[in-house]
Amino acid sequence: MSTRAQQKPLVVVENLVKHFPVKIGAFGGKSAVVHAIDGVSFEIYQGETLGLVGESGCGKSTTGFALLQLHKATSGSVKFDGVDLAQLPTKQLRAMRKRVQIVFQDPYSTLNPRMTIGEALAEPMRVHKICEEKEIQHRVAQLIRDVGLNPNVANRYPHEFSGGQRQRICIARALASNPEFIVCDEPISALDVSIQAQIINLLMDIQEKYNLTYLFIAHDLAVVRHISDRVAVMYLGKIMEIASKDDLFGHPMHPYTQALLSAVPEADPDLERSRQRIILQGDVSNAIDPPAGCRFHPRCAYATEICSQSIPELSDQGGGHRVACLRLAEIEKETA
Amino acid sequence: MAKLLEVNNLHTRFKVRNGYLHAVNGVSFSLDKGEMLGVVGESGCGKSVSMMSLIRLLPPAAQITEGEVLLDGEDITHASVSRVNAIRGSKVGMIFQDPMTSLNPFMKIGDQLIEGIVYHKKITKADALQQAAKYLKMVGISNAEHRLNEYPHQLSGGMRQRVMIAMALLNEPSLVIADEPTTALDVTIQAQIVELVKSLREKLNMSIIWITHDLSLLAGMVDRIMVMYGGYVVEEAVLDDIYKSPLHPYTIGLLKSIPSLKTEAGSRLPSIPGAPPNLFSQPTGCPFAPRCTYRVDRCQSEVPALTAVPGETGERPHRVACWVDMRGKGVKQ
Repeated sequence: MSTRAQQKPLVVVENLVKHFPVKIGAFGGKSAVVHAIDGVSFEIYQGETLGLVGESGCGKSTTGFALLQLHKATSGSVKFDGVDLAQLPTKQLRAMRKRVQIVFQDPYSTLNPRMTIGEALAEPMRVHKICEEKEIQHRVAQLIRDVGLNPNVANRYPHEFSGGQRQRICIARALASNPEFIVCDEPISALDVSIQAQIINLLMDIQEKYNLTYLFIAHDLAVVRHISDRVAVMYLGKIMEIASKDDLFGHPMHPYTQALLSAVPEADPDLERSRQRIILQGDVSNAIDPPAGCRFHPRCAYATEICSQSIPELSDQGGGHRVACLRLAEIEKETA
Repeated sequence: MAKLLEVNNLHTRFKVRNGYLHAVNGVSFSLDKGEMLGVVGESGCGKSVSMMSLIRLLPPAAQITEGEVLLDGEDITHASVSRVNAIRGSKVGMIFQDPMTSLNPFMKIGDQLIEGIVYHKKITKADALQQAAKYLKMVGISNAEHRLNEYPHQLSGGMRQRVMIAMALLNEPSLVIADEPTTALDVTIQAQIVELVKSLREKLNMSIIWITHDLSLLAGMVDRIMVMYGGYVVEEAVLDDIYKSPLHPYTIGLLKSIPSLKTEAGSRLPSIPGAPPNLFSQPTGCPFAPRCTYRVDRCQSEVPALTAVPGETGERPHRVACWVDMRGKGVKQ
């Protein structure tokens, strides 16, 4: 674990559930429920980056949104600095919002095309009364410099910028209210390959400068490994494994994590030739009708009858390495 | 090995409001029978447009202004529309990125699958459907006869891409162009599709052009890699040469900037400064010069030609378009 992370949880998520009611059938006549997140618990320590990975539809973005109360959770609690955000009245919640911010995936659709960059950055300062009116211009220039752009861009509009530059502006906007915690929801997925490294470096630089805590949501495991202190792996609305980065990537324990890591291609022909890949059969099950027992059992090579009957809980395997698998001990014996 | 495809000095541009967008600026390469070529580059580098230019699968605003395309010895550069139609889908199969939008939602899987084979061959519908079921099984779809009567929305993303692959293979093409076929898929499904394509290629002995933006993905599957930037081919070499001794500063920069599961985590990633080029104005020099750390004066005034140097592994030459001799500078630590 990095020295950055002190052992004080800033965010504590307990048993978070988010179900979306939907209409299905040809004419929308039937009601159903999408089990987007089904009892997720974790904590994020002050100053650390928690990576949240999983495939599309596993509920990782919903978790980030529910954490910030952008989705109202069906049940469960989200404590930020000891205060349960889910129970907070609107007015107090708004006051909390300046402390928790978000950077979205798509920098093209999340900047108002009719607002100059300066206006976009000044707005959160005015809403949250971060500083005196006369200081705003100075702070805007400072933020723009922090994200590696020239302060004279403040009078320009979003369409004048490339994707990478827009994402820099979105990061500056998230910083405008002096937050302590930022949810980064796939912040580099929409960017060109040669630009991604620039944004990863920027996020790490400003984390150090402003002592920020991140929840970093992504599907790219190599990027998550690079930026995170601890990593949680989600599958179909549940956390399957959570551990420090070194434990998770060095000794993945859950069969799903193992398969996920094994599917990541590496830019090394020799390694690829010698590699034994675990190829998962089938597709991710439907979140409207998730499988009984362990959510992963229909695709798991080690699954037995018990896996379709009882739901595994996260259990600590030592050093905060928690795994949700009923057959963990037997699998370890089998593969040893 | 016998050559299947030869492309010389291909230029494609798009007519836009204030002039032209130069998408492909003199692309030349060849492909052997049974070979798999990876074409890699960022969005807007011309990788898809250049490959779709081969079979003239382009929007109306596109113009191929120069170049020569030889497929199996036949010059198809100026072939008639009916000749190109006969080639598309029969000699050359295509797999597109998004299986959701490439399949017709109102047509049964079976009817879509056999559309091409019925067009190209004298075959009854019943025989064609039987053939389609055989290929669905080959791409790993169970209960194939039943699936033929289903609609695309009844299948998952991975299954739809398998249907697209079966469709591309049904006429037993000698060349398959796969345009980012796994980009819309999850990583575990991507691994399934990659394994499938590798095994089918061995079984059917076809040539494949795999277009992608993901350099890591190619390391485990292709024979040769062509790197494109700003509408130009900047480097082309056999797999091991590209990863172990890259010669173009752009390729070197890309390889260094990709975080992997093996690199030291938490450190600063070496990044390429600046942003990809604007294709409206044609550069006077190397398209990568504004972002290149090895730039010399000549880079801004003259476009470097793709020049062959001896490769490190095997017989094939290593082609690179750079004024600076990068040998020894890009070797992986």
